[in-house]
Amino acid sequence: MEQFINFVKKEFAHVWRDKKTLLILFGMPVIQILIFGFALTNEVKNSEIIVMDQAKDQASQQIIHRIAASRYFDIQRSVMNNEQMEAAFKKGEIKVAVVFPAGFNESLLHQRKAQIQILADASDPNTASMLTNYVSSIIQDYQNSIDKTAAISYSIVPEIRMLYNPQLKGAPNFVPGVMALVLMLVCVMMTAISIVKEKETGTMEVLLVSPFSPLLVILSKAIPYLILSLINVASILLLSVYVLDLPVNGSVILLFAESTLFIITCLSLGIFISVKTNSQQMAMLISLMGMFLPTVLFSGFMFPIENMPYALQIISNLVPAKWFYLIVKSIMIKGLGFSAIWKETLILGGITLVLLVVSLKSFKIRLA
Amino acid sequence: MSSAFAIEVNGLRKTYGKEQLVAVDDVSFHVNKGELFGLIGPDGAGKTSIFRMLTTLLLPEKGTAKVDGYDIVADYKQIRKTVGYMPGKFSLYSDLTIEENLRFFATVFGTTIAQNYHLIEDVYVQIEPFKNRRAGKLSGGMKQKLALCCALIHKPTVLFLDEPTTGVDPVSRKEFWEMLKRLKAQHITILVSTPYMDEATLCDRIALIQNGKILSINTPQIMIQQYPEQLYAIKADQMYELIKALRKYPEVMDCYAFGEYAHVSFNGSFEDNKLKTYLKTEGLTQIEIKPVPPTIEDYFIKLLKN
Amino acid sequence: MEYVIKTDRLTKRFGDFTATNEITFEVEKAEIFGFLGANGAGKTTAMRMLCGLSIPSSGTATVAGFDVYKQTEEIKRNIGYMSQRFSLYEDLTVQENIRFFGGIYGLSNREIKTKGEDLLEQLGLKNEAKKLVASLPLGWKQKLSFSVAVLHQPKIVFLDEPTGGVDPVTRRQFWDLIYEASAKGITVFVTTHYMDEAEYCNRISIMVDGKIEALDTPANLKSQFKASSMDQVFYQLARGAKRSD
Repeated sequence: MEQFINFVKKEFAHVWRDKKTLLILFGMPVIQILIFGFALTNEVKNSEIIVMDQAKDQASQQIIHRIAASRYFDIQRSVMNNEQMEAAFKKGEIKVAVVFPAGFNESLLHQRKAQIQILADASDPNTASMLTNYVSSIIQDYQNSIDKTAAISYSIVPEIRMLYNPQLKGAPNFVPGVMALVLMLVCVMMTAISIVKEKETGTMEVLLVSPFSPLLVILSKAIPYLILSLINVASILLLSVYVLDLPVNGSVILLFAESTLFIITCLSLGIFISVKTNSQQMAMLISLMGMFLPTVLFSGFMFPIENMPYALQIISNLVPAKWFYLIVKSIMIKGLGFSAIWKETLILGGITLVLLVVSLKSFKIRLA
Repeated sequence: MSSAFAIEVNGLRKTYGKEQLVAVDDVSFHVNKGELFGLIGPDGAGKTSIFRMLTTLLLPEKGTAKVDGYDIVADYKQIRKTVGYMPGKFSLYSDLTIEENLRFFATVFGTTIAQNYHLIEDVYVQIEPFKNRRAGKLSGGMKQKLALCCALIHKPTVLFLDEPTTGVDPVSRKEFWEMLKRLKAQHITILVSTPYMDEATLCDRIALIQNGKILSINTPQIMIQQYPEQLYAIKADQMYELIKALRKYPEVMDCYAFGEYAHVSFNGSFEDNKLKTYLKTEGLTQIEIKPVPPTIEDYFIKLLKN
Repeated sequence: MEYVIKTDRLTKRFGDFTATNEITFEVEKAEIFGFLGANGAGKTTAMRMLCGLSIPSSGTATVAGFDVYKQTEEIKRNIGYMSQRFSLYEDLTVQENIRFFGGIYGLSNREIKTKGEDLLEQLGLKNEAKKLVASLPLGWKQKLSFSVAVLHQPKIVFLDEPTGGVDPVTRRQFWDLIYEASAKGITVFVTTHYMDEAEYCNRISIMVDGKIEALDTPANLKSQFKASSMDQVFYQLARGAKRSD
C-alpha cells in the first residue's frame, strides 16, 4: 500500500511540475466554457422586432408598449401583411415578430382567452428560443397585471412558431458537451501520454523488472487523472452556475457519480491506447483523431444524431460520450433523477466494463 | 533453489517481425556468482535483446535461461524481485529530483534508501550535494551514477547494466568502471554490455558478440593469448599512405589503423629491414616498427574478418 | 596556408552561462581536425556556430571563407554534416536518400545520377540500392550517411560522433572514407569519444569547460603532457572539468 501511495505521489509530481500541461489541463475547461457560453448564449439585448397588429385595440397596444419598453427589444416597425414580415426575416433585419390577430381584445374580454403568435428565426436556435421566451414572459406579465383587476382570470395563449428549424434540434446544451469533451481530453490523452512516456524513457522497463505489480503501475497512473478530472467537472459546474447562470437542476451528487463512471470509461480508453502505441506523438494522434472527433461528431452535442444516416446513428451508440451527454443533460437541464437515466447509466457502465477488461487484458507484463 | 551459476543461458534465440530478423541466435553462456561479465559487441549485435530476455521483459523463441536459479519464463516474478536492471536508454524521471527518483525506486522495490544505503553510498556521495536538483538538469555522468544507484537500491543479487557507458566521455567512463569494481567487492554479480572494446579488459570474463552470435567467450587475458600471429605496430609520418602502402606489400596478411600505429600481421617470415626499405621507397619517413601484444580489439577484428 | 575554418575569440553565451568561451583556432584545407571534449564542454555549441545554425555572442569566425554572422546560408551550402543521431531517412531506400540529399545540396539530376552510382559502387551497395535504409546494418548506414554528406563535394564536412556503437572493422572502414575525403581536399571536422580515433586526426583540440585547453598534433600533445596515449592526455585535461552537460 505504501508503495502504491508513493507511486501516486510521484504521478502528481509529474503533473504538478509540468506547468504548461497543467495550465492546459485546468485552463482548457474554463476557456471552453467561456467561449461556448458567450459565443452561443450571449444575452440578447435590443433585438430588432416587428409587430403586426391586426387588432389595433387596447390590449394589443398595451402589450406592444411593454415590448417597446423592454430592454430586450427595439421595435423596428409595424407591418400590415405577411409578405412584408417574411421579407424582413429573409433579409435578416429581424429575429422575431409578434402577430396580434384581429379582435384580440374582444376575444380576451368575452372569451377570456386570446391568441397571439410569436415567430422567430430559428436558424440560430439558441437566440430564437431566448427571444420567444422573452416575448412570452412580457405577455405573461401583462396577463398577470390584468388578472389582478378581474374576478376571473384571463388567458393569452402565445402560439410560438420557430421558423427554419421548427424543433430546435441541436440547441446547444453545451455545458454537458464541454464536460464530455474535457473529460475525454484529460483522461484519454493524458493517461495515454503519461504511460507511453515511461515506455519512451525506458523507465517502464525498470518498473516491469520490479516486484511492483504491472496492474498497479497502470492504476497509480490513472488515479491522478481521475482526481484532476473531478476537479475539472467541479470547475465546469461552478462556471456554468455562477458565470453563465445555468443552474444544475438535478442532484449534484448524482452528477458527480455519473461523471466518475465516465472518467473511468475514458481512463480505460487511455490505457488501451497506451498499450497499443509506443510513442507520445502516436498516442496523442490516436487520442485526438480516434476519441476526440467521435465525441464531437457522435455525442449529439454539436450535431443532432436524429438527422444522421441510420448507420451513423448505430455507430453513435458505441460512443460513450453520447450516453454521458444524455445523462448530464437529463440531470443538469431537465433535473431528472436516477430513475430516468438508469438505462443510459447501464449502457455506459457496460461499455466501461468491456473497455476496462480489454485494456487491462492487453496490458503486457513484458515488452512484446 | 540454488545454482552454481548466477546466470545460465542455453541456446537462446529471438527473432523480430514478419521477416524473422534474427536478433539473438543460439546464444549460450554462464556467469559465475560474483563475476563481472561483459557482453562486448557493436550496436545491433543483440546485446539488448539478451538483456531483455534475461530480465524477463521478452520471451525467448527457443532456449532456456536461469537467473539466480530461476527460470526466466516460469519464475519471472521471482527474478523481478531479485535483480537490478539499468536499460540502455534509461533516462530516469527528468522532472523528479535526484532524491525523489531514488526514493521512488526504493519504494517500488519495497525498500528504503536507509536500508541499503551502504551499497550505494560510494556512488551516491558524489551526487548527493545536488540531491534537490531535477534529474533532467544533470550531466550525462551524473545521470548515469543516479541510474546505477536506482538499480542498486534494493540490493539485487544480479545487476544487469545495458550499455551504461555509451555516449559518455572517457573520464566519466573510467569513473563508472571504477565504481563497478567496488561493487564486485560487495559480491554482486554484474552483467554489463558495451560497444567499447577497451572496456573489455576491465571484466572478469567477456563474450564477444556480433550479429546475434557469440564469437568467443573467455577471460580477456586468455583471448589475447589465443591471438594466433605476432602483431606489429608500425608508424610513419603519413598514416593513410602507410596503410595503403602496407596493404600492397605481399607478405602483409592484415593491416589496419590502431591509434597512432597501424597494426599489421604477416604471412610467414617478416624482415624488418626489407619492409622499412619498401616503405621508404613509397615516400614514407619516420618509420617505426615494433612487435606489440594484441588487444581485445585486435582479437575481435580477427574474429570478424574470419 | 589556406584556412577553411578560422575563429577568433568565438563565444556563445546563454544568459549568464558561457557555453563556448573565446575559442580561437584555425583548420587548414584537407586537414582532419579532431574536436574533443568531455560531455558538456561546449563542443556541440561551437559546432552549431560553425555550421551557421547558431549566431555567436561575440568573436569572429569564417567557415569556407564565409562569415558565421552574416553568411550562414552560404556556409550551409558549402558544408556537409553527419551525426550519429541524424543521418538518413530510415523509411526511404538507399537510392531515394541519395536523390533527396543530393537535391537539397543543389546537385543537378544528372550529377546525382552519376555521383550516386559511383558512391554505390565504392561502398559495394549496388545490390542494396532499392532497399530501405532501415534494413541496413548500422555500420553500412554510417558509411552511406558519410558518403551522402560529401556527395556535393563540400569544402568541409562536420562529423558528430560518426562511429558511435559501430564494430571495430566497420569503424576502420569508416576512417578509410574519411582519409579518402581528405585526400580529395575535403576538410574533415570530427568529434569522437574513441580516443584511438583521435590519433587518426592530423590535429586535435580538447575543450574543457568551454575553452580550448590543448591544440596540436597527437604526437606533440602526448609529449607535452608526458603521456603514452591520447586517452591519458584527455584524462589529464578533462579530469579537472567543473561542468558537464
